[in-house]
Amino acid sequence: MKETPTVKSVSGVEVPSLLTVSPAPHIHHPDSTRTIMLDVIFALVPAAVWGAYVFGLRVLLVILTCVGSAVLAEALTQKLLRRPVTIADCSAALTGFLLALNLPVTVPLWMCVLGAAFAIIVVKQLFGGIGKNFVNPALAARVFLFSWPTEMTFFTAPTQRFGLFDFSVLADGVDVVSTATPLSALKAGAMPDVSLFDMIFGEVGGCIGEVSSILLIAGGIYLLVRRVITWHIPAAYIGTVAVITFFFPQGGSSTAFMLAEIFSGGLLLGAFFMATDYTTSPVTPIGRLVYGVGCGLLTVLIRYFGGYPEGVSFSILMMNTLVWYLDRYMRPRWFGGGKNGRK
Amino acid sequence: MREKGRAYLAQIKAGILDNNPVLVQLLGMCPTLAVTTSVTNAIGMGLAATAVLICSNLFISLLRKFIPKQVRIAAYIVIISGFVTTVELLMKAYFPALDRALGLFIPLIVVNCIILARAEAFASKNAPIASMVDGLSMGLGFTAALVLIATVREILGAGSFCGISLFGEAYQPAIIFILPSGAFLTLGFILAAVQKVKNVQQDRQKMRCTECSVEEEGAE
Repeated sequence: MKETPTVKSVSGVEVPSLLTVSPAPHIHHPDSTRTIMLDVIFALVPAAVWGAYVFGLRVLLVILTCVGSAVLAEALTQKLLRRPVTIADCSAALTGFLLALNLPVTVPLWMCVLGAAFAIIVVKQLFGGIGKNFVNPALAARVFLFSWPTEMTFFTAPTQRFGLFDFSVLADGVDVVSTATPLSALKAGAMPDVSLFDMIFGEVGGCIGEVSSILLIAGGIYLLVRRVITWHIPAAYIGTVAVITFFFPQGGSSTAFMLAEIFSGGLLLGAFFMATDYTTSPVTPIGRLVYGVGCGLLTVLIRYFGGYPEGVSFSILMMNTLVWYLDRYMRPRWFGGGKNGRK
Repeated sequence: MREKGRAYLAQIKAGILDNNPVLVQLLGMCPTLAVTTSVTNAIGMGLAATAVLICSNLFISLLRKFIPKQVRIAAYIVIISGFVTTVELLMKAYFPALDRALGLFIPLIVVNCIILARAEAFASKNAPIASMVDGLSMGLGFTAALVLIATVREILGAGSFCGISLFGEAYQPAIIFILPSGAFLTLGFILAAVQKVKNVQQDRQKMRCTECSVEEEGAE
């Protein structure tokens, strides 16, 4: 027994959602929130699988915990707030997935649960649910989890693999050794001791989903081809980082330093998958370019001068808060609306 | 006399609950966010501000007919800063540790908008005793709000209450609550909760009124 989903029309009559009219120009298109979210998840799966290969099957445990808690948190909050339960649109699952990819493999599981709950309950549902959050929930949760800096910056070497049932690695694993990530070397003004090849393929320490640059780029290209995202934000973001690091390298030769900055850390994951979140990025092409340049500028500034070696999550969050202004001041000109498009 | 006492009690209750300077009027945000990292700091700040508030309200009320309207703000500031200096020197003499912890925020009581607001809105228009009661009620409301925020922040962010460790070694505190961003988070949640309680109360009152009006109509 499945009821036909209905929506309330303008006149207050319940009509079957099959008859929902999309915004003008009313072209029928199979895209829905669910297909878009599934596309993004699909594009991220290769990078996650690579993470599981490099860091061991505990990666799956972290991902399952994050996704499960995010979906559960969404369902519970919506039940409590008496809103329609929308876990089927997969947006909560994507948030959990992105959060997991932004954590180190050794992260305690209670932090996964707490982070996912913070992302969904505080950042998403308390601001009105999907489409109404003012910053990216997964990134906000990651920054919230920096309450426990030791756990959040504990990166292990890619050769050290953890099993599916290593529930608490940091608490009882005495032989777990942390390693320097390429970014921490760059922060210290030295070139990382791993080859560029390793950085591109992902044989380096780091967060679960950020290590394999080539798979992230492949996922990004998939999203571009599927037209889930446009090129503006990733191109402006990565381009800005490339230009600044090329002209102002902190160590080594310009080109080598630039490539190391691009292929290390969460830049590609952030630029393709998190800065492009619909709710928290501008709608106009020019706004998107400005937003991407802003993200790139802040990322380099934090990497060069900030307290943390990585600045991607902070810079995307900061630019998220400016999206309202970008949308307001980068409006396209109205047809027939005079020189500035405004009367 | 008893009626007056009751009125004063109602005034104090209003200052702490319905008209709380921090949680309802949203005044004095700067010290509220800055010093609530520990309950001890919150109590110290709250009581210091209360002492200044009572004294300044009393003197402004006594002088309310002599201060020319055009220079009243300047006159209030002079009176307030006199008492703030007294409180600051007393704290330096008797509670040096607390004074160091609160630092600049004690001299900044001079420009605390709760004190200025009460001077302008209440003490300049009312009798001395009522003004003192108003100062006491607003001061207690300020202290209560600070203690509430600080309790949440200290327990979550340091795992302690008034400096006494609560959960032992195994507890890993969420240091974000001790940092400035944690102050905003906590304040936001508490304000939302206060607003929710108020909304529920208002709804209940409305329900009661509609019920009584229905009954009256029925009686007719």
